[in-house]
Amino acid sequence: MIELSHINFRYKKKKQLFENLSLTLQPGFIYGLLGKNGAGKSSLLKLVSGLLYPNSGQCTVFGHHAAARKPAMLQDIYMIPEEFELPPVSLATFVKINSVFYTRFSQNQLNAYLAEFELSDDAKLSTLSYGQKKKFLIAFGLATNARVLILDEPTNGLDIPSKSQFRKIMAASLDEDKIIIISTHQVRDLENLIDNIVVLEQGNIIFNYSIAHISERLAFEYNLAGVPDEEILYTEELQGRKAGIVKNIAGVDSRVDMELLFNGIVKNAPAINEAFANLKYEY
Amino acid sequence: MEFKDNQAIYLQIANRFFENILKKEWQAGDKIPSIRDMAVEFEVNPNTTMRTFNYLQDKGIIYNKRGIGYFLADDGLEKTIALKKEQFVEEDLPVFLKTMKLLGLSLEDLKAYAAKYEGPSIN
Repeated sequence: MIELSHINFRYKKKKQLFENLSLTLQPGFIYGLLGKNGAGKSSLLKLVSGLLYPNSGQCTVFGHHAAARKPAMLQDIYMIPEEFELPPVSLATFVKINSVFYTRFSQNQLNAYLAEFELSDDAKLSTLSYGQKKKFLIAFGLATNARVLILDEPTNGLDIPSKSQFRKIMAASLDEDKIIIISTHQVRDLENLIDNIVVLEQGNIIFNYSIAHISERLAFEYNLAGVPDEEILYTEELQGRKAGIVKNIAGVDSRVDMELLFNGIVKNAPAINEAFANLKYEY
Repeated sequence: MEFKDNQAIYLQIANRFFENILKKEWQAGDKIPSIRDMAVEFEVNPNTTMRTFNYLQDKGIIYNKRGIGYFLADDGLEKTIALKKEQFVEEDLPVFLKTMKLLGLSLEDLKAYAAKYEGPSIN
């Protein structure tokens, strides 16, 4: 479990980013961390991985203080940032040097992922394209078997077949011990993988629900003609029609349109959150 | 698989299961692919396919042998037919009948079209 409690954080001389932020992430789920540019997503991920220290409050990862950066915690966390630099060595050399830090690293798993992504381990990292480098880091990160996996914009730079392979690999690798956090703007690529949506806005968590709850409480319509006003929570123009989010009155679980949901939350979070009043948590 | 309509993904996957059962690709007592295999195939979160399996288990269409996997129930086909019939009558038919009314088609007219229908026999 990852627990952030009462986090206060500011970058030097800038205004406060996180004020009394608390968030709990449970194993067995893929969390989608969404938010506009500058909302605080990367800073939050850095607090979790011990790359930034909170001014007050604390962040624990499976009981370890993130800021202490003890080896026991660091071998259980792998972060794939959006921008990275890799040394000019072969894939095999990189693996040889870095895998020793992860006690549960599996060479067999890595070979399988590399085969899936069509990467050969004698290639030099410096000769790979951005997308290939990214696929290599995803493969290595998964093969570390770290229980916390943080992916910042993982589908950026991936071609269409690679996105599909990525989804398959993620579906295969989630288990009940793992916490996977994906920060992304490319929600269409990942909407069927994510099972909890956390939305950040100016350092505040303005939405945090599971897909199961969302599909029970909300419905996503692509033609709002004839829907009574009091059921409509959010509307936008979509190719000449009005699309939007409505209360799920029919009681049939809806398909969650993450892009529409995100737009609705950013526009009017209180109205969307209203639909979740009296929600009983089952887990 | 492309997910399109407004139905939750786990229900759309359930519909694919129903197709396999109705087409007899899965027979009574057959072991069906695991929750994880299905998640990989459909490129969705395993928690989503778990909901599909729970839903089908609640309906008595599949059952779980602990540690071995999921199997199609002996009366899985009958239960699937009953469930799909109910869905057809309650959801598809009203839309169909409404369209018929709008177009001024009678049940008699339909018989003529049904006679010309070239697909598998509907009698």
